[in-house]
Amino acid sequence: MTVPAATLPASPVLGPFVTPATLGSYLRSVPPVDEVGAAERAAALSTRSVKRESKLAALDMAIRMCDLTTLEGRDTPGKVVQLASKAIRPDPVDPTIPPVAALCVYPNMVPHAVEALRGSEVAVASVATYFPSGQAPISVKAADVAWAVEQGADEIDMVIDRGAFLSGDYLKVYEEVVAVKEACGSAHLKVILETGELSTYDNVRRASMLAMAAGADFIKTSTGKTASNATLPVTLVMLEAIRDFHASTGRAVGMKPAGGISTAKVAIRYLVLLAETLGVGWLTPSRFRFGASSLLNDVLMQIRWLREGRYQSPDYFTRD
Amino acid sequence: MEDTVPASVNKPEIVPTGLDYVSSLESTDVVSIAEGYDLWIDGRPSEPATNRYFPTVNPATEETLSRVGEAGAEDIDRAVKVARRAYTGVWGRMSGAERAKYLYRLARMLQERSREFSVLETLDGGKPIKESRDIDLPLAAAHFFYYAGWADKLEYSFPGLDTRPLGVVGQVIPWNFPMLMLAWKVAPALATGNTVVLKPAETTPLTALAFARLADEAGLPPGVLNVVTGDGRTGAAVVAHPGVDKVAFTGSTEVGKLIQRSLAGTRKRLTLELGGKAPHVIFDDAPLDQATEGIINGIFFNQGHVCCAGSRLLVQESVYDALMDKLKVRLATLRVGDPLDKNTDVGAINSRAQLDRITELVDVGVAEGAEMYQPSCSLPDRGYWFAPTLFTGVSQSHRIAQEEIFGPVLSIMTFRTPAEAVDKANNTPYGLSAGVWTTKGSRILWMADRLKAGVVWANTYNKFDPSSPFGGYQESGFGREGGRHGLLPYLRGGG
Repeated sequence: MTVPAATLPASPVLGPFVTPATLGSYLRSVPPVDEVGAAERAAALSTRSVKRESKLAALDMAIRMCDLTTLEGRDTPGKVVQLASKAIRPDPVDPTIPPVAALCVYPNMVPHAVEALRGSEVAVASVATYFPSGQAPISVKAADVAWAVEQGADEIDMVIDRGAFLSGDYLKVYEEVVAVKEACGSAHLKVILETGELSTYDNVRRASMLAMAAGADFIKTSTGKTASNATLPVTLVMLEAIRDFHASTGRAVGMKPAGGISTAKVAIRYLVLLAETLGVGWLTPSRFRFGASSLLNDVLMQIRWLREGRYQSPDYFTRD
Repeated sequence: MEDTVPASVNKPEIVPTGLDYVSSLESTDVVSIAEGYDLWIDGRPSEPATNRYFPTVNPATEETLSRVGEAGAEDIDRAVKVARRAYTGVWGRMSGAERAKYLYRLARMLQERSREFSVLETLDGGKPIKESRDIDLPLAAAHFFYYAGWADKLEYSFPGLDTRPLGVVGQVIPWNFPMLMLAWKVAPALATGNTVVLKPAETTPLTALAFARLADEAGLPPGVLNVVTGDGRTGAAVVAHPGVDKVAFTGSTEVGKLIQRSLAGTRKRLTLELGGKAPHVIFDDAPLDQATEGIINGIFFNQGHVCCAGSRLLVQESVYDALMDKLKVRLATLRVGDPLDKNTDVGAINSRAQLDRITELVDVGVAEGAEMYQPSCSLPDRGYWFAPTLFTGVSQSHRIAQEEIFGPVLSIMTFRTPAEAVDKANNTPYGLSAGVWTTKGSRILWMADRLKAGVVWANTYNKFDPSSPFGGYQESGFGREGGRHGLLPYLRGGG
């Protein structure tokens, strides 16, 4: 379904400034990233000391930003319904705990998630586009997305074609994101770069700019299905790309680190990174999400500790 | 049209804070500060013959922390004689392997008591606890470990060289990194078998006095390390004492010149580590976000009280606007305030005198027509503070481009070509350090070849390691500290 470049539309975001024809030179003009420097900055921000009220506020924020996720071959409607209940009311004995942002499932599970979450504030997110490999024709990917949206998904988490990106076929990646964005209709689009496979921060930064230029509402680090998931430095690199994109276009794109974030302590480090890179405007679930499954209970445990001064056994927190 | 996105459709609206960190103060319970301190001579406290004591204050609160003895000529004379006795009697004839044991012990004890020393350093000097905890103290301990390793290897490391020690060394150190500068001076001196009379800075004497006690606990023989506190006059007396075989000084170029003049014609050996006005060069292919961090670290680390601070920023014109936008956004996130708060990035100015000096030069900068930029940040009412400051539109002919300010003030200039960058970078009487940011490896080497500076950092800044020699050209001094080079000034054949 490849269309000649000349007939393709300009960037839905950058308009005539970046057209498919100029995409390559645009991406090659993206400033390089110094790997050591990025890692140092992330490490330095990790030493921020977030205590008491600030910590409670950060943990509350972390829950509201959570995309509670189950993406397994063995997922069943029963599992999804139980997780939906956890998403709406993470701590049944504490009504002050807010619901999470979204429940993230495979397309097949979308109808069940929609049903279970009806009447709640929790959104339904679905991975699509032949997740996690993305190795399928664009027609299949678009159909995958359209079906999930039709079933009621509010948000779509797509994967980019890393093979195409690494081979230098930026245009193919770009076209796919544009096509998927179109298939999304009003659903929000999160574009997963699978940073572990892109391997270098220069690639991550280019892929971030590419996804944003093609219309991504969020950019996301990983599928959680490869050995290398979200890290603080890679998240920093993407946040800096978001900052540059915002500076040049005025468009605020969201960020979602995913995979491997399982403790409250680490989640707070991500929020510090976010606050000190993009500022208060991004400290909201509409601009930042955590893709996580086991994070939630650790956050609940820390909140209980902060409020009551002692740790509870993990048995006091529900596992759905 | 093809290489860039439109120049700022919207200017950045990034509001740079968001998580309001509640104050997270490091506890001061770990330190106990006495009401007064005598000098430390011959392994014990020694009342100054002058019978005079001077206050040392916490620059963040202006409160007097303690009163410290003022050493006069008589005290210095005694300290030098004691050091001589320790040199001839014990330390100078001890085997290197034995000396190393003491140095390893000092290093380990410093690590064990690192928290106490960092808090004390922050109280007395005003630097953020984050820095004394993560940089000053770990590096100070690392220097002792490093030089401990050299103590028994001198003959093999310098074949044919006379590796015997010199005798008694007089060391005068500055207030910007009190413990670290102590380590840079004391560790190689002791490792090579010399004994020491150390004069810490007038405004930051407490950690040196605490270290003298630590050395005593470590069993260092009496007289090997003596600490004489006081102001410039005390330093001058140490330098002038005829029993001193070598003088090592770190401080201002002005005082360094006086010392060199006073030692001319004597048999004393001398090393000087003086001021700087380091060029920090940003090429248009630099990783701009990391370069921004490097610039911030280069000039605001330790409130800019750093002899190798990257205080002259040279930016290639084609990335000037983009970099300035980033720099200003980043500047607004710097947290200035209570040095004991673990989240403080920029602490207090070390002393009233230094604050006056900074204020004076900044006024000169404004009068010379440079454009000043400061982020909006609230400074505490008491104590000595100066907001992080950028000067744009600076020319080489401005005083703020030539003179060392030794504060959180960055002078920014532009260049067009690599040759112009080198020319401007080297157009200074100093030559201590320089920084280069570019992704082109060949250009890094080309620049490093041409920059007249003792240290050239590439794609980073303010990196220190005990194994890396440090020192300057021209008015930044001579002699090297750190690394194998750092041993030579303390060896007879070292020159």
